[in-house]
Amino acid sequence: MARKVQLFIMENTALAGIASQVRRDIVRMVSAVNSGHPGGSLGCTDFLTYLYFEQMQHNAADFQMDGKNEDLFFLSNGHISPVWYSVLARAGYFPAAELGTFRKLGARLQGHPSTDKNLPGIRMASGSLGQGLSVGLGAAQIKKLNQDPTLVYTLHGDGELQEGQIWEAAMYAAANKVDNIIATIDANGRQIDGDVDEVLSLGDLQQKWVSFGWEVLHMDGHNFDSIRSTMQQAKSMTGKGKPVVIIMKTEMGQGVDYMMGSHKWHGVAPNPEQLQVALDQLAETLGDY
Amino acid sequence: MEFEVFGNKDTRSGFGEGLAVLGEQNPDVVALCADLTGSLKMDAFQKAHPERFFQAGIAEANMIGLAAGMTIGGKIPFTGTFANFSTGRVYDQIRQSVAYSKKNVKICASHAGLTLGEDGATHQVLEDIGMMRMLPNMTVIVPADFNQTKQATIAIAAHEGPVYLRFGRPVMPIFVKPDAEFVIGKADVLTEGTDVTIIACGHMVWKSIEALKELHAIGISAELINMHTIKPLDEAAILKSVGKTGCVVTAEEHMMNGGLGEAVSQVLSRQYPVPQEYVAVNDTFGESGTPMELMTKYHIDTPDVVAAVKRAIARKSIII
Repeated sequence: MARKVQLFIMENTALAGIASQVRRDIVRMVSAVNSGHPGGSLGCTDFLTYLYFEQMQHNAADFQMDGKNEDLFFLSNGHISPVWYSVLARAGYFPAAELGTFRKLGARLQGHPSTDKNLPGIRMASGSLGQGLSVGLGAAQIKKLNQDPTLVYTLHGDGELQEGQIWEAAMYAAANKVDNIIATIDANGRQIDGDVDEVLSLGDLQQKWVSFGWEVLHMDGHNFDSIRSTMQQAKSMTGKGKPVVIIMKTEMGQGVDYMMGSHKWHGVAPNPEQLQVALDQLAETLGDY
Repeated sequence: MEFEVFGNKDTRSGFGEGLAVLGEQNPDVVALCADLTGSLKMDAFQKAHPERFFQAGIAEANMIGLAAGMTIGGKIPFTGTFANFSTGRVYDQIRQSVAYSKKNVKICASHAGLTLGEDGATHQVLEDIGMMRMLPNMTVIVPADFNQTKQATIAIAAHEGPVYLRFGRPVMPIFVKPDAEFVIGKADVLTEGTDVTIIACGHMVWKSIEALKELHAIGISAELINMHTIKPLDEAAILKSVGKTGCVVTAEEHMMNGGLGEAVSQVLSRQYPVPQEYVAVNDTFGESGTPMELMTKYHIDTPDVVAAVKRAIARKSIII
């Protein structure tokens, strides 16, 4: 299948500017309702900013559930909904002002992503972990059946890989040569109860994916050059009979100094004073919602 | 009181034939199976449309996720495995990726209930109707015989939204007409009567037909309703019938908790309280045995329907 060549490349400073605003959105959203998951959201901000603003072919202005002839993204670790909501809004899927409704009664921005209230950009509920890779593979196989050359992207937490369904899906993907999917693992090494290695070690993650028949790449999730070159390489590896996974090294809480280096901000929101400290570290580039 | 019988077949074969028809009729229909293609009678579809058949292996959770993802792009996935592995094993996957996400997945479940037989209680799911009818957005269908299972399989492809279709293994008489129309949510009134309403689903419809002969012989006029759709439930049909008969027997190859009887009792308790008796498995697991031995031992057989009718009618005379 012919792949449309992506020629659109942004300046790293422009991406960094968007990411800074997304991080402001994240901490403001979770602080406003004193709930939500800032740690992983901040850690995946650079990746999702790059994905939506440079990598994917997608149509923010006219969201279609079917997603035919556009790249699809599925967030498997749904608890980092704040970063996804912010990136979707900043990319034009819905007004940024709606970020202020996050987790509030009647809002389309549910605590975890859902299709229930028809928020543009979201094609599947997630939150109960381990299901997004299967969903992505199903969508990818139908793209092939429909002779649709676009790609499917998924994102997973590293702790999420403890779910057995992930490995059912991993086995299925290689056996069926689903080569139009690029899965990314947010390898921040942390989960709610502590370090992944302490809670339930994943062992040799690289070797696990290799032995399951996947092409494995690595990237620095906070370096746009690394993200760009790895994602472009991943894209060039599609269509060659093997699924592709990227193990992305990130820091939970990236961009807010007191949240970094710990699992403690996985699911805790900053209070008003802590929020101000965080905002002082993040430039307002696109205007707060 | 005579029912025309069109032969004997298993309901799962009705599913297989219906799926094969859909394969020819509707290019959007795709099928997934978790290593039970022969048991589910999905071979015909697989042979005719290999590009639209997906073998998931013994990995049901992944199969449900795949099916949910396959709706994106406009396909109508039919998943097939035993009822136990179609529900309890994958409840959370169905809940989040199918029901809550309102995906157009058809979960087709064979070997439901005790009549799976010799494999025993590990495989004899008796809770599946309850689990599935508790899920918002889910339609729950339990067709009564081979013809109706084939008709229901074809009908659910035209229904937008998640569906649970439950059928079984044993060979049973076919009494639904080959050209009958299957309307989701519209009950079939098989006989009209004045003394009692029997509301049955699945294999218990035939058991209730057998009971009618005995009831007729002792002068009881029974109205028999084939309630093939458990959700949405045809409340109007229930109320119309009990308004005439004044008492109800529900009959199902399922646990008393959570099943058809409980669904019917919700309607009656709120809108028209009358005596109700249950023919169902009462809070116990099954065991190995032949299907008919098990129906007898666990009191979901023809004599149990007759006895329940007598109890229900007797209760009508008690003044509260």
